[in-house]
Amino acid sequence: MTKSEIIDILSRKQSHLGSKDVELSIKLLLEMMSETLSEGGRIEIRGFGSFSLHHRTARKGRNPKTGEQVSLAPKCVPHFKPGKELRERVNESRVSYPIQEE
Amino acid sequence: MVTLTKAEMVEQLFEQLGLNKREAKDLVEMFFEEIRTALGKGQHVKLSGFGNFMLRDKTQRPGRNPKTGEEIPVDARRVVTFRPGQKLKQRVEIYAGNATAQ
Repeated sequence: MTKSEIIDILSRKQSHLGSKDVELSIKLLLEMMSETLSEGGRIEIRGFGSFSLHHRTARKGRNPKTGEQVSLAPKCVPHFKPGKELRERVNESRVSYPIQEE
Repeated sequence: MVTLTKAEMVEQLFEQLGLNKREAKDLVEMFFEEIRTALGKGQHVKLSGFGNFMLRDKTQRPGRNPKTGEEIPVDARRVVTFRPGQKLKQRVEIYAGNATAQ
């Protein structure tokens, strides 16, 4: 399932809105989510899950080509923790639906 | 620290796109519901520019009650993981760089 498929489905279900409005809305939602995380904030959607940043400390790494040691700056990575409802629904679907690898 | 919630998303759809509150609330609700539905049917969800929600089947493994030390097997289960996209990772890293510089 992709973003454009979600936009198609929602446009059909919300036919009074028009697909352009649905598309702009979904893009705005994702932009708000990205912006929140890139400013160090959290996202909390009940029944779905929460997004936050996990910190990675500075560490020494190696250039895989030259073997030379380099120091890597500390960084933040986005992390998602699924909510209870999503976790349960996904787990319960294990028996009836195989994972579709396209 | 900022926390983004559904209420704030509804507010922004209203302010920035002029959707009425009812439409905005329905759309936000339906967006997360479509993602849950797809994941609950064995489909990965790929939101370009943001990230991918991926399903994984885990086999049963030996576990322990951390309090009592008693051995209890962890059942086979299906889990959802989030893999942030390149664009989101870069935006978040820039934040981390600024945060440590301050």
